[in-house]
Amino acid sequence: MPPRFGLCARFPAPIVITTGTITQQTSENRGRAIGEGMLEAVAVSKQFGGMTAVDQVSLAVARGEIAGLIGPNGAGKTTMFNLLAGSLRPSGGEIRLEGRAIATAPAHRRLGLGLGRTFQIPRPFPDMTVLENLLLAAPGQTGEHILPNLLTPARVAREERHNLEKARALLDFVELGRLAREPARTLSGGQRKLLELARVLMADPQIILLDEPAAGVNPTLLETIIARIQDINRRGVTLLIIEHNMDLIARLCSRVFVMASGRLLCEGTPEQVAGDPRVIDAYLGGAPA
Amino acid sequence: MSASAILAVDALVAGYEPGVPILRGVGIAVNAREIVVILGPNGAGKSTLVKAVAGLVPISAGSVRFADREIMGVPAHLIVQRGLAFVPQTENVFTAMTIEENLQLSGHVLAKAGRARQIEAMYALFPDLARQRRLAAGRLSGGQRQMLAIARALMIEPKLLMLDEPSAGLSPKLVASVFGKLGEIRESGVAILLVEQNARAALAVGDRAYVLAEGQNRHEGPAAALGNDPVVARLYLGGMAAAHGRSANP
Repeated sequence: MPPRFGLCARFPAPIVITTGTITQQTSENRGRAIGEGMLEAVAVSKQFGGMTAVDQVSLAVARGEIAGLIGPNGAGKTTMFNLLAGSLRPSGGEIRLEGRAIATAPAHRRLGLGLGRTFQIPRPFPDMTVLENLLLAAPGQTGEHILPNLLTPARVAREERHNLEKARALLDFVELGRLAREPARTLSGGQRKLLELARVLMADPQIILLDEPAAGVNPTLLETIIARIQDINRRGVTLLIIEHNMDLIARLCSRVFVMASGRLLCEGTPEQVAGDPRVIDAYLGGAPA
Repeated sequence: MSASAILAVDALVAGYEPGVPILRGVGIAVNAREIVVILGPNGAGKSTLVKAVAGLVPISAGSVRFADREIMGVPAHLIVQRGLAFVPQTENVFTAMTIEENLQLSGHVLAKAGRARQIEAMYALFPDLARQRRLAAGRLSGGQRQMLAIARALMIEPKLLMLDEPSAGLSPKLVASVFGKLGEIRESGVAILLVEQNARAALAVGDRAYVLAEGQNRHEGPAAALGNDPVVARLYLGGMAAAHGRSANP
């Protein structure tokens, strides 16, 4: 029998992992119902010098959903994403996580509040092993400070053991278990995306912002990534995905936000959005002025 | 493929990593004095195609004939000397050098007199650059910088000019002014292969276009016909458009 353990005490609906798979979550531990606004942007703007990259964008990601953020190159998606994740501060507007204003909170504080993000181009420490890279991602480790190591060594050791088990389980979950002892530099582009997914899960986020999870991934690994995203969502984790791969968006997302020229153009199901002539115009560009 | 094609790409397989082809059998042709547009959604392989033709991405199969000679495997700097110029999407000028220095550097293979004459020809084509010839290229606006990048490529009097998304990051007005120059360049006898996200702006200046998706040819036709072709929209919206088609015609 493989070991079972909850990933997080704070998380209202603990992700329970057995080696290799995530068990089905029961209705009892699902936490709050799907549909409540979880992450909201209200009239958010961002200017760089005289250039307005994001212009009065309002959107709400509902608890439990997988939402998509799409738009042609230069639409402002990545800027919007960085505003939500905390890498940038808005020039105007408000961002709320579970109703709490977070527009000025830095990224690491947002992670503490349950908002995690992945990067389009993961940069693991190349000479550390895959497992070591994951162990670095565990937030708030007691052993990071000198005194606890001297005063409460047992607690530090217990925590490290817990993180090690959790990291191993997550590596199995993203199908990188057999590469745990390999240096991260040997991973392919797609495997790095999977490690990135495991990395963000180390912090037990309730909502994850995924930055182009399909970019540069071969079709076989892409199926693994899609399956893992579905698994994570089934555990009650909310996701917002920026992606150019429309097949992935169509398969995963119940709702899609479309940005163009810094504004929110429209939102709807993938079907509704794909049939909207404004979206087609945005992708094909206007005729020259 | 037309006998007069200056560039003929056939069944091209190319990619950045061994065993992970980005282009999976792409074929295109560019005829003399023609503006050919390559369209397609992100990840279609558009940029990889022009980079592979320019000798910057390893090719594993297929053929690239330029001016009736195979250039597959020829080093990039020799491809340029044969008259095939490439303007990358970014980092296409030396920002710390002046406009004039940028042009001189690009013309280093020319004799001194020819170089001076060619620089004057570039200033005639791009009067904005002539006015600011002592300005560091890093201080140019996005549109002017793109003009300088094109001028650098034209210094060697190429037979074919390949541009990778010259409209990226430009306002619609600047896109129009950069694309307006492409017509003039074609009139001077240079064929153009233009990779673009901004499909409608590119189709307005192009003669023919190919649409790529997932590293393969998916559609082609005269530029005038493709701007409102629903097939093109479907290719851009990929799986989402397929989902829409299903719900519209159950």
